Amino acid sequence: MEQIPASIWTLTAGVVVTLISFWVGHHHGLLPEQASEQAPLVDNFFDIMLTIGTALFLVVQGAIILFVIRYRRRAGEEGDGLPVEGNLPLEAFWTAIPALIVIFLGIYSVDIFQRMGGLNPGDHAMHSMHTPKPAVAVVAEAPSKTTSDATALLAAAQTPEIGIGASPDVQGKAPDVVVDVAGMQYAWIFTYPDSGIVSGELHIPVGKDVQLNISARDVIHSFWVPQFRLKQDAIPGVPTELRFKATKVGTYPVVCAELCGGYHGAMRTQVIVHTPDDFETWRSQNQAIATAPVVPSLSDRHVEEMGVTPQLVAQVQAMTHHPSPAKF
Amino acid sequence: MAQAQLPLVDTPLSLPEHPKVWKWYDYFTFNVDHKVIGIQYLVTAFIFYLIGGLMAVAMRTELATANSDFLDPNLYNAFLTNHGTIMIFLWVVPAAIGGFGNYLVPLMIGARDMAFPRLNALAFWLNPPAGALLLASFLFGGAQAGWTSYPPLSTITATTAQSMWILAIVLVGTSSIMGSVNFIVTIWKMKVPSMRWNQLPLFCWAMLATSLLALVSTPVLAAGLILLLFDINFGTSFYKPDAGGNVVIYQHLFWFYSHPAVYLMILPIFGIMSEVIPVHARKPIFGYQAIAYSSLAICCVGLFVWVHHMFTSGTPPWMRMFFTISTLIVAVPTGVKIFSWVATLWGGKIRLNSAMLFAIGLLSMFVLGGLSGVTLGTAPVDIHVHDTYYVVAHFHYVLFGGSVFGLYAGIYHWFPKMTGRLLDERLGILHFVLTFIGTNLTFLPMHELGLKGMPRRVAMYDPQFEPINLICTIGAFVLAFSIIPFLINIIWSWNKGKIAGDNPWGGLSLEWTTSSPPLIENWEVLPVVTKGPYDYGIEQRKESTDEDEDEEE
Repeated sequence: MEQIPASIWTLTAGVVVTLISFWVGHHHGLLPEQASEQAPLVDNFFDIMLTIGTALFLVVQGAIILFVIRYRRRAGEEGDGLPVEGNLPLEAFWTAIPALIVIFLGIYSVDIFQRMGGLNPGDHAMHSMHTPKPAVAVVAEAPSKTTSDATALLAAAQTPEIGIGASPDVQGKAPDVVVDVAGMQYAWIFTYPDSGIVSGELHIPVGKDVQLNISARDVIHSFWVPQFRLKQDAIPGVPTELRFKATKVGTYPVVCAELCGGYHGAMRTQVIVHTPDDFETWRSQNQAIATAPVVPSLSDRHVEEMGVTPQLVAQVQAMTHHPSPAKF
Repeated sequence: MAQAQLPLVDTPLSLPEHPKVWKWYDYFTFNVDHKVIGIQYLVTAFIFYLIGGLMAVAMRTELATANSDFLDPNLYNAFLTNHGTIMIFLWVVPAAIGGFGNYLVPLMIGARDMAFPRLNALAFWLNPPAGALLLASFLFGGAQAGWTSYPPLSTITATTAQSMWILAIVLVGTSSIMGSVNFIVTIWKMKVPSMRWNQLPLFCWAMLATSLLALVSTPVLAAGLILLLFDINFGTSFYKPDAGGNVVIYQHLFWFYSHPAVYLMILPIFGIMSEVIPVHARKPIFGYQAIAYSSLAICCVGLFVWVHHMFTSGTPPWMRMFFTISTLIVAVPTGVKIFSWVATLWGGKIRLNSAMLFAIGLLSMFVLGGLSGVTLGTAPVDIHVHDTYYVVAHFHYVLFGGSVFGLYAGIYHWFPKMTGRLLDERLGILHFVLTFIGTNLTFLPMHELGLKGMPRRVAMYDPQFEPINLICTIGAFVLAFSIIPFLINIIWSWNKGKIAGDNPWGGLSLEWTTSSPPLIENWEVLPVVTKGPYDYGIEQRKESTDEDEDEEE
């Protein structure tokens, strides 16, 4: 029987590897549902990397297994293998291919990052519904604040220039909804500056341009909604932001991703994406009582294990809205 | 003695009675012999590996269920902080650099000792107090701010323990700087005159690159940590935002060292791979120069990738983009090495013994770890998976599947040289199989956990992640049990194992030209290099070519 040439085997293996890689890249099911306009961008990029990665993994792994089986020393076999020390064209080839792949991924990631709005944090600064206070005003206010608020004050004096900003379609425009997000051990406090609503859960309307101004009161936290594919650290003294559009009505977890103390794992709340009508209803209902401190909903775990009581949260809110004179 | 004159396998009937070999009690003294120091490093590091491993098992037991029901959350954080710290600073780095580096470098370059023997001993003796400080910190609640110890958390939590943690790291950092100076001078100045640079074993090239990297980056970490110590204890405010400090500066100082630390852990292992694979595949290493220069390339590019750990932190957009690209570039020299090792296997006569199995296992797992590393290097994906179990999965594939497998490969390969006895192969293969299964069972599912939304460093988590966590915990127990055959093997073989002879594997690098274990000053007469360290099969081919020519005549 005539022997099948090696090139046919190589071609067949190449086709099989390509098919498997494409299938894995598009059917892995490893990511949670997509609920923001950034999510499909990140997912497509991940899928491409997974496809390329699977192909490389199969080729290298296949070569290792093939060589180990084919070139293993048989019983009684003596001597050494072929003394092949190098092959310049082959080495140039396998240096060039990964280099081209990473250059392509690098350029593509910049494009994705730009479309996510990553290159434009702080873009809305002068047009925002919630214009940050000038530093002079903050300094004037400072003596009436407690020491622990100094960090938040400093953050408020600066425009966030770090995080994810306006995506190209909303560049230069003010966001539809602004929410101030403050991380504290072990809760997130969401304040709506235009209405004075304070909440322990984030409520936003679907399809609207939302901007979160993120700050931290004590230690570093990290605001993460896996379904949005967005994460940004809340850093004491450094204001940061996340700007996005939620694309799907639903309730999604808000997770703290940065180690922030013993009960870091319990620092969880949720983001509720409403229809625009529902959001207006929620806002009007809560605005009415915004003058009185609103106690965020707390789980039993907050109360029992961490000692975060409704009274404590109310006290923190009172400090924010009705600062008592204190030494600074 | 010329390497060319060596027989392939040399098995004497009993251990040679050297007039000048060290006794067991010499290993507990301020001994300046590089081999004693190498073994001191290896054994001490392995003890810390067992301690760090027990912490990991305790943490995985906690994580078997979603609630915090096994460890107190603060104790959990103390365990995770010290597990990471011990595994990096007291296991992989000292074992790979201090252990194998000290034992092998002088032997591989034909030197009688390291350039500065007393400095060498001092560098080792800084490690036990550092470990003692870390363990003693549990008496004060244990440092709980993670191995990264970001302020302000580290400045307000368990401050005494945190200060002890800082002092411990500064001690091992000092040790690392001393060791680096020693390695650079030793390799540069003390190789036998007959050894050309292109005959320098690749392990020595890797050690040179590692030492240069450590020398540049370690002082930055030390400076960053000392400022943190001042913030905690002396009222300064380098990192206190409400007094003019900046918490992000600490992250830059920390990661300027701690990303290169990844290469400090893996470059010596790459060196071990480049020694183990050719000997057991009976082939010259494929692309000697490519492997040597790629170590130096990793060393240089590795200094410019640290900010990818800070993509979600206070990092401006331009930095996110610059460091995405620089991080991706590191994949190229790393890929060159992997392809070269795979090509070395081609056409070989591969001995599938324990050392080779661990080396091949490393190749498999490092490929996966490297590919997930590429995804983490890109800002858009990193923003989603940063500080999640995807990252935990990635670095355990690189550091357990990479570094630890490499250390095991090195131990199986050089144990006969160090002790004069062979390890038992059956126990070795059992050890490999259990470790390979355990590693994959523990860390592979973590990729999914992270992508789906489970953050790292949590003692309590969303119940939807419980089934996958249970699989990881079972894997961790398999991994813990995998140590048992290894421990039995080491203890038994060291005392009663089969006598190895000087060169059981037929290696061509210089360490195989001396007795096993080597004499105090390594050789009676220094060796002369007559051929390269990887010239497997070349002599054989010459002979067969000569025979063919004779026949034709």
